[in-house]
Amino acid sequence: MPCCLGIHLSLEGTLSSTFAAQIQHVKRDMPASVKIRKGLDVRLKGAVQGAPHTLPAADRFSIHPTDFHGLVPRMAVKAGAEVKAGEVLFTDKKNPDIKFVSGIAGTVQEPVRGEKRRILRVDVMGKGTESVTRDALNPASADGTAVRSAMLEGGFWPMLRQRPFDVMPAADSTPRDIFVSGFDSTPLAPTASMVLEGRMEAFRAGLTFLNSLLADGRKVQLGVQQGDNTFSGVTEADLTAFSGPHPAGNVGVQIHEVRPINKGEVVWTMGMQDVANIGEGLTSGAYVGQRRVALTGARSQPALLQTSIGTTMANIIQDRVLLEGTRVISGNVLTGTTRGEDGALGYHDQQVTCIPEGDEPQFFITKGWLGPGFDKFSASRAFPTWLMPKGKEYDLNTNNNGEERAFVVSGQYDAVFPFDIYPVQLLKSILVGDIDRMEKLGIYEVAPEDFALCEYVCTSKMAVQDMVRKGLDQMIEEFA
Amino acid sequence: MKALHKLIEERVKPNFTGDGKLKRFWVVFDALETFLFTPGHTTSKGVHVRDGIDLKRTMFLVIVAMVPALLFGTWNIGHQYYLSLGDVTTADPWSMMFLDKVIVGAIKVVPLIVVSYATGLGIEFIIAGMNGHAINEGFLVSGMLIPLIMPVDVPLWMVAAATAFAVLIAKEVFGGTGMNILNVALTARAFLFFAYPKQMSGEIWIHDVMASKAGGVLADGYTGATALGHLANTVGQPVSGEVSTGVMSMFGEGGMFSLMNCFIGSIPGSVAETSALAALIGAAILIWTGIGSWRIISSFIVGGLVMGVIFNALALNAYMTIGPVHQIVMGGFMFGAVFMATDPVSAAQTNTGKWVYGFLGGLFSIMIRVFNPAYPEGVMMAILFMNVMAPTIDHYVVEANIRRREKRLTAAVA
Repeated sequence: MPCCLGIHLSLEGTLSSTFAAQIQHVKRDMPASVKIRKGLDVRLKGAVQGAPHTLPAADRFSIHPTDFHGLVPRMAVKAGAEVKAGEVLFTDKKNPDIKFVSGIAGTVQEPVRGEKRRILRVDVMGKGTESVTRDALNPASADGTAVRSAMLEGGFWPMLRQRPFDVMPAADSTPRDIFVSGFDSTPLAPTASMVLEGRMEAFRAGLTFLNSLLADGRKVQLGVQQGDNTFSGVTEADLTAFSGPHPAGNVGVQIHEVRPINKGEVVWTMGMQDVANIGEGLTSGAYVGQRRVALTGARSQPALLQTSIGTTMANIIQDRVLLEGTRVISGNVLTGTTRGEDGALGYHDQQVTCIPEGDEPQFFITKGWLGPGFDKFSASRAFPTWLMPKGKEYDLNTNNNGEERAFVVSGQYDAVFPFDIYPVQLLKSILVGDIDRMEKLGIYEVAPEDFALCEYVCTSKMAVQDMVRKGLDQMIEEFA
Repeated sequence: MKALHKLIEERVKPNFTGDGKLKRFWVVFDALETFLFTPGHTTSKGVHVRDGIDLKRTMFLVIVAMVPALLFGTWNIGHQYYLSLGDVTTADPWSMMFLDKVIVGAIKVVPLIVVSYATGLGIEFIIAGMNGHAINEGFLVSGMLIPLIMPVDVPLWMVAAATAFAVLIAKEVFGGTGMNILNVALTARAFLFFAYPKQMSGEIWIHDVMASKAGGVLADGYTGATALGHLANTVGQPVSGEVSTGVMSMFGEGGMFSLMNCFIGSIPGSVAETSALAALIGAAILIWTGIGSWRIISSFIVGGLVMGVIFNALALNAYMTIGPVHQIVMGGFMFGAVFMATDPVSAAQTNTGKWVYGFLGGLFSIMIRVFNPAYPEGVMMAILFMNVMAPTIDHYVVEANIRRREKRLTAAVA
C-alpha cells in the first residue's frame, strides 16, 4: 500500500471537525488530512494488479445469512419457486421490512441448514435474465422517504452496516452520519481505482441518494487515501484524507477521527462498491449487485475479477488457485471467513485470499520459537523481519505460531490500535461482562474488525475479535 | 525433524494419554513436546495469520538480555574473591587470573541457577498437573532473575525456600503467569530479606569472605561490604565528620567505588546487579526488540536522577552528596530498572501509567536507600511498592479517558 507521506497538510492528528469543515470551506479541493500513526501493514505475497477480467455469469446465486450478524431469516419463497432477479428471497424476522433479493432469475433451492435448522445458505439456481423493475429515482430530486423505501424494497438495505454494534441497521433507524471508506488498507486489498473504475457516476449518484437520508443538510463522510485521485471532483461528500498504515482504511478509525460516536448515536457505513450499486440501482429501478473482486494470496494467480454479489467461491477460484493445503478466505486474512469451494463470496467482501495452511509442527531451533525466523513477519523486532527491506513480502501460513496464554505482554495492542480507547481494559470489561464499564470505555465506537490487528500481534494468541463480538452482543441484549 | 516428531507422536505420546502408564505426567510431556515443536495448530476464528512471536520467544529474548549481566557477574564474583585475598589489585582487573575468576564465579553461580530452576519449575509442573493447565513460560525468566539478585554466599537451601515462597505465594495463588501482582523474583529476594535478616546483611557479598577473615588471610582493610552498606554508615553522621570523610574517600576518583568502577561493576554486590554497563546492554536488547518498555526504563532512570539532584541540593549527610549519576550506577538500581520494573505483568499497563510508574519507582529507590539505612537497597522495596500501586495509577489514567468520552457526549448533546 503506497502511503504518501510527502504531501501532508500541516493539519495532522486530532483535528476538531468544525475546524476541519472550515478548512474545507476555504480550500475546496484540499480535503482535511489525518495521519494515522498506530497500526501495521502485514505484507503478504500475492497482490493483485492490472485490469479487471469479467467472469461469466454464474448459474448460482447464494447468500449466507451468517454474513449479517444476528440476522434470523424468514423465507419469503418456498424451495422450487421460480424467482426473477430482484425478487425477494427472505426477510429479516426482526425487521420484516428489510428484504433480501435474488441476484439472478432461477429456481429457489432447499436452504442449507445447520444446527437447530438454522439457515446457513440460500441458493438460487438458474441462468435467466428476467428481472423485477421498480420505479426509477432521480438522484437530483429524490427525497429521503422515497430513497429509504426503494432501498428496503429493492434489496439494497443489507448493504448498509451500523455502528454501534456492527450490525445491519433497523429499517426505521435514523443515522447521525453515513461514513464510507474510500480505500481498503487490509492486506492485499484492491485499490479504490481498481474497484470503482468506470463507476464514478454511479458512485456519485449513490452518495446523493445517501445524502437524502441525512438530516440538516449533512453529507456523507468519505475517507480517502492521501494522494489518491480516484475521488477528485467528488462534491457529494465531505472528504477527509487519511495516511498511515492499516487500519487507516477501516471506517471505524475514520469515524473516530472525523466525528466519533457517542452513546445514543447511530452511524451507518457502506462499502464503496455498494454506494455505486445503489446509485446505479435506484437510478434504473433494477437490482444491481456488482462486485469487483481481487483474487489474492501466495496460493493463487492474482486477478481482478468482475462478478456480482452472491457468486460462488468455485466461480472465483476456477483454475487460478492451488487448492491442495490451501485456505481459501472470503475477505482478507485479518477479518475474512473460511469458505469452501461450495460457499459463496461474503456479502460485503471484495477480496478472496488464498494462503497455505500451516498445520505442520515447527521444530524449535529450525522453524519454531528459537529459530532464526527469516520467513516470519512480526510487529516486534523479535525476528529479523526488521533487517529485511521495507518492501519484502511474506508467504505467511495459518499457523498459530504458539499457544494461547494469559495476558502477559502489555502495550502491544495499543501500538496498533489508533483509537483513543484502552483496548485491553475494554476487553477485560467484556470478559467480566460489565456493561456499564464497556460503555464507559468506548464500546459503541468499535467493531471486531478494529481489533483484528490486536489479535494479529498478540503474543498470548487471544481470540480478540471474538471477544469484542461477544461484548457487542451483550450490549445488544442489554438494549433489546 | 519429521522423523523425530513422528517418533514422539507414535512411541512416546501414547504413554501419556488415555490409559498410558504415565498419564499423570501429561503436563510434563506437553510442556516438553511444545518446547521442541511449536504445535501445528492453525487459526480457527478471527485472524487467519498470526504474528511470529509467542511467549516462548519473548521470554527467551529476555534471558538473552540478561546474559551480559550474568557473564559479568560470574567474572566479578571471582574478581572480588581474589581481591579479598589480595591476589589481585583493583588497578588491573582484566588481565590477571581471568580464567580463575570465571571458574570461581561459575562454581558459585551455576548451583544457584540450578536450584532456582529446579525448585520453581518443579512447583510449576506440580501445580499445572493438579489444575490440568499447560505450563507457562513465565518462570523461565523469573528462574534466571532469582539467582542473579542473590548475595554471592547465600546458602542454597535459602534460595530454594525463597523460590518456593515466591512461586507459590506471589504467583500461583493468584492464578499463575500473567496474574501476579508482585514481581516474582523480587518477592523471592524480599522473602529472604525479611525472613533471614541476619543472614542477609552479614558478610555474604563476597565468596568465602567469612572464612578468609577467620583464617586471617583477608587482605588488609577489606570489609566485604557493598557500596550502599558503606554509605549507610554515613547517615546520621556530620557531613565532614570522620566516618563520613572516611567512607566518601572510597567514592572519589581512584577509590574502590569510584564512578567508573560502579558503572563497570567491579565492586561487591549481588550476583549480577553490580554492572550498570551490563544492565544497559540488556536494556538495549529489550528496547530494540520491543519486548521491554522503554518508557519504564527511561522514566525509572530519570526518577532516580531527579531524586539524586534533590538530595545533592539538600546535602544533609554525606550520602546525599553523592552525585546523581553515581547514585544510579550503584547497587541494584540499573538492574532493577531494566529487568524488574519492566516486568509487564506487575508494572503499569497503560503508556501514560508506565511513565508515572517508572518515574516514581526510580525516585523511591534512591529515596528509600538514603532515608532508611536499614534497607541498604531501596530498589527492591521501591519496585514492590510500585507493583502494588500500578493498578491505581492505571485506574486514574483510564478514568481520564472515560472523562474525555463523557465530556464529548455532553458537548454532543448540548
